[in-house]
Amino acid sequence: MFIPHTDAEREAMLASIGVKDIKDLFTDVPVKHRFPKLGLPKGITEMEALAELREFSTANETAADLVSFLGAGAYQHYIPAAVDALINRGEFFSAYTPYQPEISQGTLQAIFEFQTLIANLTGMEVSNASHYDGATAAAEAGLMAYHHFRGKRPKIIISSSVNPEYREVMCSYLCGYENMKLVSVEDKADLKESPDQLSDRLDDQTALVMVQYPDFFGRINDFHKLVRKSHEIGALIAFIVNPTALGILKTPGELGADIVVGEGQPLGIPLSFGGPYLGFLATKKDFVRKISGRLVGETVDGEGRRGYVLTLTAREQHIRREKATSNICSNQGLMALAATIYMSLLGKQGMQQVADLCYQKAHYAAELINRLPGFEVLTDKPFFHEFVVKCPVDVDHINQHLLEDGFLGGLNLAKINPDLANHMLVAVTEVISKEDIEAFAEALKEASHD
Amino acid sequence: MTEPTLYELSSPGRSGVRFPKSDVPKYELPADLVRADLPFPELAEIDVVRHFTHLSAMNYSIDKGFYPLGSCTMKYNPKINEVTARLPGFAFTHPLQPLETIQGNLFLMYQLQEYLKEISGFAAISLQPAAGAQGEFTGVKIINAYHKSRGDLKRTRVLIPDSAHGTNPATCSMVGLEVVHLPSDARGNVDLVALHEICDDTVAGLMLTNPNTLGLFDENVSEVIEIVHAAGGLVYGDGANLNALLGIARPGDLGFDVMHFNLHKTFSTPHGGGGPGSGPVAVTSQLADFLPSPVVGIVEPGTEDLPPLYGFTTPTMSIGRVKTFYGQFGMLVRAYTYIRMNGSDGLRRISEFAVLNANYLLSKVRGKYTLPYNRTCMHEFVVEGVWPEVPDIHALDIAKRLMDYDFHPPTNYFPLIVHEALMIEPTETENKQTLDAFADALLKIAEEAHTDPELLKNAPHNTPVSRLDEVKAAKELVLCCWLPENE
Ligand SMILES: Cc1ncc(COP(=O)(O)O)c(C=O)c1O
Repeated sequence: MFIPHTDAEREAMLASIGVKDIKDLFTDVPVKHRFPKLGLPKGITEMEALAELREFSTANETAADLVSFLGAGAYQHYIPAAVDALINRGEFFSAYTPYQPEISQGTLQAIFEFQTLIANLTGMEVSNASHYDGATAAAEAGLMAYHHFRGKRPKIIISSSVNPEYREVMCSYLCGYENMKLVSVEDKADLKESPDQLSDRLDDQTALVMVQYPDFFGRINDFHKLVRKSHEIGALIAFIVNPTALGILKTPGELGADIVVGEGQPLGIPLSFGGPYLGFLATKKDFVRKISGRLVGETVDGEGRRGYVLTLTAREQHIRREKATSNICSNQGLMALAATIYMSLLGKQGMQQVADLCYQKAHYAAELINRLPGFEVLTDKPFFHEFVVKCPVDVDHINQHLLEDGFLGGLNLAKINPDLANHMLVAVTEVISKEDIEAFAEALKEASHD
Repeated sequence: MTEPTLYELSSPGRSGVRFPKSDVPKYELPADLVRADLPFPELAEIDVVRHFTHLSAMNYSIDKGFYPLGSCTMKYNPKINEVTARLPGFAFTHPLQPLETIQGNLFLMYQLQEYLKEISGFAAISLQPAAGAQGEFTGVKIINAYHKSRGDLKRTRVLIPDSAHGTNPATCSMVGLEVVHLPSDARGNVDLVALHEICDDTVAGLMLTNPNTLGLFDENVSEVIEIVHAAGGLVYGDGANLNALLGIARPGDLGFDVMHFNLHKTFSTPHGGGGPGSGPVAVTSQLADFLPSPVVGIVEPGTEDLPPLYGFTTPTMSIGRVKTFYGQFGMLVRAYTYIRMNGSDGLRRISEFAVLNANYLLSKVRGKYTLPYNRTCMHEFVVEGVWPEVPDIHALDIAKRLMDYDFHPPTNYFPLIVHEALMIEPTETENKQTLDAFADALLKIAEEAHTDPELLKNAPHNTPVSRLDEVKAAKELVLCCWLPENE
């Protein structure tokens, strides 16, 4: 199948090595454990494998069969056909990390363009080549801030309205690391916290304040005061962003962010049950030596032609080993390429248009739902494409009904905080039509009745 | 050959995609929330397609030719993987859907967990880690949590052989543990005397790559593991080199306590120009409760009429979540496809032929290149092109010259204990003709090193660009495209 050797070739090769049998190459392996019998099913052909995988895949019901109002960190957007056509080129997907620049200019230039687009989207000066996902990028931002202050400011303040999975990942990375402390206003994701409460926690032990923009509940908070107070006390501030929103929203750079991280999945990457996605991390030029992960820089070759290389590698594990800024090696290269292609196809107009459509449709949905008896949309703040609905009955109950009507309902917020029983997080993107929204509102109403 | 950047190709007013006009009433984003200009390029679809097609032509790739990058297992990536991972039933599933709607995904993950456990000889597994390095982070955190849970707080040191990959020591630092370097002996094995001396009750564990990065199976692996266990430490297996061991030996049987897989090496998922990878972590039963959450399990047993309900479980002493959602699902689909097509016998053939190919290639260059450890190798080997007559020729020059022969160079300058290392991993998917041609090129280059050393020093000659000025890149730090606005 994937092993091309004929019997004759194998024999010739064994003769060249000077052994009789392939088995003779494994004498270093302890006899007792050599050649175990594996209990896997027998191998099958490509045709059979495709049939089996098709059977699994059709056992799912997906956002393609249903009309989806589910977001909470992963979003269904339209992906132009050219994205997949291009990332499916073997020249891109079957290459390794571009360690040999002379024969990797394609990957390197694409990463360089990715860095530029992310820097421009976020309003920052530099971006790295990617992280595993938004949450690990956030965790790396925490480590970056901690090391920036050489461990002298052990405190990292995280807003309670940051995606709860991000907070879990950040704790796996940071809690108990040296003397680092993660501080939150509330333990669980919560609607009550205000930026002022975060300001109150600031002190000269604080390395970093981390907020989400728009937050996990879709709200656009006013961070002006928090940014100012953070800087006054000498702390850094990081924004976790939704890249789609930045098509129209004021950039974290304009607002004074020191680090910006986020999940790049909305930029042309399929939902794919949660991965592979794309973490990004952008910052100011002053912090570039503290950044984790790979960076591509422009240079010239022997003949003066422009070219690109991996640069500042002395931060990385393969050079610095235990003193590296991070252990990251493979990142999300192909996903960064997908995002680069998506952003180039949409361009200035398309990015704004998608953001605008998400904004309009979410607001229309919120207005219709807010009118339903027993439902209330919590909109004390401006929101982007996601909002919280207080429902008259249990959200799982509603979602069960919605599913029967062909809808994927929003996230049941009781699952992340019991205080938020009967609260649903609804997401609306450009793929949802006016008719879908109206039918969804109708289905919500019916679902709350029985 | 230079390709303009996206920004240089941009022409104001162009757009590559149209979206339908809004069909809902107008809502205004408050003016103080609106961003200033979005400095993005403006291109038509054809501009974008040509641009990235041009870029792709400047890449070397497995689809194009031989890519013997040691430690990276650049085997052929079957095309069927790209089809199965993109089946709409997988690609359009949202990670937070109700369980009843995602039984296909969960069943696949459950089966993959079972297969990987069977292949490696471990009791439990998490598919969550995103890549090898994150698998290491997860595994070392598990080791740390295990000792702490027993009140054994002194164990803060991790032993790392001098041949180890950089991610191993970097991982220990990220977990907050101290790295202790462990020397190798004259045969490339862990130095048992040194190991005995270092092992005490402050040792949390040993991170061992076996076969190691020299491509050698540690001849004393059982003893090494016993020594660490006797001192109360645990042994981490860096599974980057599992392509040598499928059906040959199971790390769990050998006594390892934790191991990560690199699905993007052993199980044929593509490297994507630097990821996504996928680094599941498997453990013995005594460590199962520490795995990152969630793990896929059966949450309601099946009955005569109904299949079981698959869902997520949280191990009781979990080190927590290391990533959002459940792992690099698309990569899991590809690895599953590959394992199913191969079965037990196919997997063993993979390792047998990976080792055959490496030894064959070694047999062709032995004598012309220096072999720092003259043993039967596993799936890869390390040689040096060092000739006293031409002291100026280095591994880098040989690597660059190989590009002129249309080959991707081997890994160079790693492992660190071999100064002029050329680390060659052919993988099982290469045929004899390719290996012969590569060996011929290496021999020819050895000759050129003597007859025309400048040819190597100035190589490559036939690539889109020649050697690049890395010092300039690091000094000037141009990390973003030049923007027309900056004029
Ligand atoms: C021996 C070894 N360990 C660990 C890694 C890290 O794996 P990843 O790049 O998937 O994080 C590599 C990858 O190059 C490796 O060769």
